[in-house]
Amino acid sequence: MLPMSMVRDDLLRLTPSGLFCELGGFFVDPWGPVAKAVITHAHADHARRGSAEYLTTHSGKPVLQTRMGPNATIQSIAFGEQITLGEVRVSLHPAGHILGSAQVRIEHRGEVWVVSGDYKVAPDHLVEPFELVPCNTFITESTFGLPIYRWRPQAELYAEINAWWRENQSQGKTSLIHGYSLGKAQRILAGLDRTIGPIYCHASVAVCNRDYAAGGVVLEGWRMLSEAPPRCDWSRAIIVTPPQAHGGDTPHRYGETSSGFCSGWMTTRGIRRRESIDRGFPLSDHADWPELTSTILATGAERVYVTHGSTATLVRWLTERGLDARPLRTQYGDEGTADDAVAVEPGAGAN
Amino acid sequence: MEAFVRLFVALDATTKTQEKLAALVDWFSRSSASDAAWSLFFLSGRKLPQLVPAKRLRALASTLAEISPWLFEEAYAAVGDLAETVALLLPTDLVEPAEQSPPKAASGGLWSVDHGPLPPDSGLAAWVDAYLQPLRGADEATQFRLLKRAWSQLDPTGRFVWNKLLTGGFRVGVSQSLVTRAVAEASGLPVDLVAHRLMGEWRPTAEFYARLVSTEGDQVDAARPYPFALAQSLVPPGSGAPDTLFPSAIGQLPGRPEDYLAEWKWDGLRAQLVRRSGAPLLWSRGDELLTDRFPELDSAARKLPEGTVLDGELIAWRDGQVLPFTLLQKRIMRKTLSRSILAEVPCSFVAFDLLEHNGIDWRSRPLRERRAALEQLLTAPQAERNAASEQAPAQSSTIRIAEAFYGKSPSELTALRAESRERGVEGLMLKRLDAPYCAGREEAGWWKWKVDPYTVDAVLVAAQVGHGRRANLFTDYTFAIWEGETLVPFAKAYSGLTDAELKEIDALVRQSTVDKFGPVRSVTPQLVFELAFENLQRSSRHKSGIAVRFPRILRRRTDKSIRDADTLERVLALLPSLSSAAVPSRERGETISRQRTFAWAEPNPEAGDAR
Repeated sequence: MLPMSMVRDDLLRLTPSGLFCELGGFFVDPWGPVAKAVITHAHADHARRGSAEYLTTHSGKPVLQTRMGPNATIQSIAFGEQITLGEVRVSLHPAGHILGSAQVRIEHRGEVWVVSGDYKVAPDHLVEPFELVPCNTFITESTFGLPIYRWRPQAELYAEINAWWRENQSQGKTSLIHGYSLGKAQRILAGLDRTIGPIYCHASVAVCNRDYAAGGVVLEGWRMLSEAPPRCDWSRAIIVTPPQAHGGDTPHRYGETSSGFCSGWMTTRGIRRRESIDRGFPLSDHADWPELTSTILATGAERVYVTHGSTATLVRWLTERGLDARPLRTQYGDEGTADDAVAVEPGAGAN
Repeated sequence: MEAFVRLFVALDATTKTQEKLAALVDWFSRSSASDAAWSLFFLSGRKLPQLVPAKRLRALASTLAEISPWLFEEAYAAVGDLAETVALLLPTDLVEPAEQSPPKAASGGLWSVDHGPLPPDSGLAAWVDAYLQPLRGADEATQFRLLKRAWSQLDPTGRFVWNKLLTGGFRVGVSQSLVTRAVAEASGLPVDLVAHRLMGEWRPTAEFYARLVSTEGDQVDAARPYPFALAQSLVPPGSGAPDTLFPSAIGQLPGRPEDYLAEWKWDGLRAQLVRRSGAPLLWSRGDELLTDRFPELDSAARKLPEGTVLDGELIAWRDGQVLPFTLLQKRIMRKTLSRSILAEVPCSFVAFDLLEHNGIDWRSRPLRERRAALEQLLTAPQAERNAASEQAPAQSSTIRIAEAFYGKSPSELTALRAESRERGVEGLMLKRLDAPYCAGREEAGWWKWKVDPYTVDAVLVAAQVGHGRRANLFTDYTFAIWEGETLVPFAKAYSGLTDAELKEIDALVRQSTVDKFGPVRSVTPQLVFELAFENLQRSSRHKSGIAVRFPRILRRRTDKSIRDADTLERVLALLPSLSSAAVPSRERGETISRQRTFAWAEPNPEAGDAR
C-alpha cells in the first residue's frame, strides 16, 4: 500500500504516530503519544493512552476518560461546534458508531477533509445518528467493505435475540450473549425484552453502561453479575458479556448454556463455527456495503482514502467509478491492541 | 422445503451432539419416506452429479447482485463457500419473473406440466424433483429460470440450504454415524443393521427408505459391504513425539503382547471384497464400487466360495514388490484402463480380515478365529487346495493374505516398524486378537503405529485464506527452505495448528504482507515452523525438486530464526540412499523411501511366526 502523498496542501498526512494535521498542529486518532489528539471514539484501536491533550465530544467524554485514565486531559465540544486549531477549523459530526462517536471535519480555505472514524449509517435509536458531511477528501473505514455484508433491520435482529432467549428459557438453558463491551453491549441491552427474564451484565459491560449514562444515555433493567442473588435461577436469565468471556471457561454455576454472538462478522457461517458459537446475530456498529458505498459517493468527495478492512476491494470499486481512491495504511482495526473486541474479528479490532 | 430448512437451522444452531441427534430423530420420525430418503442422501454428504456449472452459478449470482465478477471472487474469498456466497449476495427482494412458459426438463420426465411455483411448504423430495433434478442438462435460460424460481420463494437461510443441495457438499456438523443413529432411533432398529443397510450404493427413493427402516428380516442386499472397522493412532497425529517416546506408546496398549496381532500397514486403498451370489464386488471405504477398476482380481475372487466377504487393502504390486502409492493413484485416475497401465501397475488385494464366511456374518467372532479361517481360506496347502477343486486361490494369485506377526514384544515390534520405509509400508497395525469386528474407530481394538514422519524446519513465505471454518483467515501456508541464499518454496501445509495459533499467524500475515497475487499473499519471511511429512520424493514439477506427502505443521519454532531453517541439502540428505549422483531420474518422481524393494515373495524370517 502507498503512504499518503505529501503534497503541501494536504490537510492530513501519515506520520509514524498517525494522521497529522500540520496546519492545525493536531493528530486524529494517533497510535503514538502526541501533544494534541482529536479522538473519533474511545475504542482501543482509535484512542490510546499517553497523549498530552485529547479532544472529543461531550457525550463521548465519560467513556474516553475511563479508558484514558482519570489524569488524562480531555476537552469536549458539542457536535457541529466549530473551533479553530492553528490555521484550520475543526468540527465533530455524529458517526453513529457508538455514543459520542464522531467524524472529524477539517476545513482550510474552503478545502474540506473528513475523517470518518468508524461509522454506521442506519440509526439505532440509542446514539446520535450519522450525519452526512460533504467534503473534498473523505477518509473512510472499510471494515465490512464487501457486498456480502448487508445488515438486516435492527428490529428483526432484536426479535431474533429475544426469541432465542425465550427458547433457551424453555429448555432450561442460560443465555450468554457476547458483544463488545463498549457500544455493542449497550445496543444489545436496548433491544432485550425486559419481560422475558432478568438481565445480568459482566463487569466490563457495566462500566461502559455507567459511562453511557454519564454521556446521557441511561439503560435500565439490568444488574451486575456480582449482584445476583445467592440461589439465582440462571436458566431464566440472559448474561451480556464481552467476547473474551466466551470459551471453555464458562462458569459451571450458570448450568447449561447457549451462546450467542452479536457482530457483523456473524454474517458468515465459517466464522461463527470457528468460534463454536451456538447462534450468531449480525448486529453491527459499522456501515455495511450499501451504506459504505452510498455514503462515500454522497459526500461528493473527489478523493477517498480507505483504511482498515477491505481496503483494496473498496479502492478498486471506487476507482471503477472514477474516483481518486487510495488505500491508507493505518493501525486501526489492529487486533493486538483492541481491548475486548478480539475474539472473533479477522484482523479487525472493532465490531 | 421449509421443514428441511428448519432442520438445518436446528442442526446449525447447536454444537451439542445430543441436540443434533434429537433434531434428526424428530425429522426422521415426521418426514415422508421420500423426504427422509433425500435428506439422508444429502446429510450423508452425497451429491447429485453436477447440475449447474459453478462458473454459470457465479455469473448468474453476479448478474442478479449487480456486481462485477472480480467483486464476486473477493466475496467468495471472504466467505469460503460458494453456496453461502451466492446466498449472501442475492438481492433479498428477488421476485420471480413473469413466467411465459413452464420450465421443461430436457428429458421431459419429471417436470412436464407446469404446476406453478411449488409452495415452500412442499416436501424436500418435491422440491428436488421440481427445481433440482430438471436443472441437469437444461439450457442456460431454463436453469436461470428454475434457480430464480426456487430462490425467490426462500429466505436467505433457505437459499443457502438450497444452494448447498445444488453444489453438493452439504455439511452441517453431522457425521454419518450420527445420521445412522438417528434413523435407527426413529425406526426402532438396531444401529448396526441400519449402518449395514446404508452401505454401498443406493438411490434416495421412498422405496429405499421403506426398506431401510423395515422391521422385516435382517437380510441386507447381497451387494452390500459391511461398515468398515477403523484404527486409532497410537500416537496422536501432530504430537511430533520423537522416536524415543514410541516404546511407551506401545506401553499404553492394554493387555499383553500375546493379545495382539501385528500386520504391516499397507499404503493402498482400503476395500471390501464381497463375494456372494453373482459377480464379486469390490467396495471402497467411501462406498464407491471399484470392481471395474481392478479386473485382475475378478478371476481370483470368483474362486472364493460364495458367501465370503474380505476386508483388506488394494495395493499396486509387481515382481514381488509393492509399488509407490502414486502409481496406484495414477492408475485409479485413469478413465479407461489400457493394457499398458495394467501391465505397468498390476494390483493385488491384501486380505487381512474375514467378515462373512459361508454366508454367515462372522463379525462378532474374535479376530483370532476370523484370522484362522482367513488363513484356511487363502493359504490352504497345495494338495488340499487341489482337492477342494479350485476353491481357494493360490497365494501367488492377486488375492493375498496379509502377513501377520503374533505375540511380538515391544522391542521386537519397534524393530519391525523400523523396517517399514524399506518395505514400502506405512508402519504397523496392532489388533486385539479377542476383539470382534466393530465399525468405527473407538471400538475396533485396532491401532495404527505409523513410521516417524520426516521433519523439516521451514520458513513461512506465503499464505492464502482458508475455506469453511477458516474462511477469511490466512490458514493455508507455503513453506520454503534454503538453497544457498535463496528461500525455495517446497511444501504447502494446512493442518496442525490450533485455532488460537491460526489467528495469531493470520494477524502476522496481514502485518507482513509484501505482495498479493489473487488470493495469495507473500509475506516477509520471519516465521519458522517444524513440518512433518509421511514421505518425500523427487519431483521435476516442483521448484525445489522435492514433492512431499501428507505435509502438516507440528509446531511453530519461536526459538529459531529464519537462518536456522533447514537447507535443501539437508532435506535431500534425509532421504535414504540418496546421494545426488545416485538419483536415477528427476523426472520419474520416484518415491525415495521406497526405492529399495521388499521381497515379500521370499521367505521372511518373521513370517515363520505368522502361521
